[in-house]
Amino acid sequence: MAKLYTNHFIKELNELQPKEETVNFLLNYSKALSVINCNKMKFEALLN
Amino acid sequence: MIMPYELIPDATLVTNYIQGNEHALEILITRHKQKVYSFIYSKVYDRDVTEDIFQDTFIKVIKTLKRGAYNEEGKFLPWVMRISHNLVIDYFRKNNRMPKFDNTGEFSIFSVLSDTTLNAEKQIIKDQVENDVRRLVEELPEDQKEVLLMRIYDDLSFKEISDKTGVSINTALGRMRYALINLRKIIDKHQIVLTN
Repeated sequence: MAKLYTNHFIKELNELQPKEETVNFLLNYSKALSVINCNKMKFEALLN
Repeated sequence: MIMPYELIPDATLVTNYIQGNEHALEILITRHKQKVYSFIYSKVYDRDVTEDIFQDTFIKVIKTLKRGAYNEEGKFLPWVMRISHNLVIDYFRKNNRMPKFDNTGEFSIFSVLSDTTLNAEKQIIKDQVENDVRRLVEELPEDQKEVLLMRIYDDLSFKEISDKTGVSINTALGRMRYALINLRKIIDKHQIVLTN
């Protein structure tokens, strides 16, 4: 019984996926973020 | 010849991404999202928290890559896993700092969090008590009863009662006072118990 439960749980874990919105947010965030190099300093700018 | 996405190694995708190819990041996330997400979920067992940590992990990945601070050693996934692992630890640390009631000390959380709904027996007693009070009120002289009903049941102010009944506020107050005194007298005399 315990084994069955474990197998089921592992299968369930493998089916876990982040939400599409989360992935889309990350992709959009990446597009909006730019790092500006200025005299050895780095500035992050988030442009929407 | 164009290489299928699945065959492009992580290291190449990372380099492409650093050089400005946003699509490379999409491939990287798609490729590893399930592993990273499952790993976080296996630690926190909460979908919403997992979603947050997953997002924070990749925000950190994106920032590091864009800043050029990533040191490519052919270990992209282990690096991402390490970031998520650290964020999971941060999450637990932050949560442990919050006050918790373990209910083992002198203070019992259930003394504060009681179920206020009445059980069947208490509900019956409450109904009986209310019924008794109503009957007692019926015994009062008409003028006192009128003021008491307006004040207690209709929730009117003494000013409103005075306007409605045409008596002065002081008279209304006096009637209310006598109504209560008389009720107490009847209750004492007959030894009526009006508690739940």
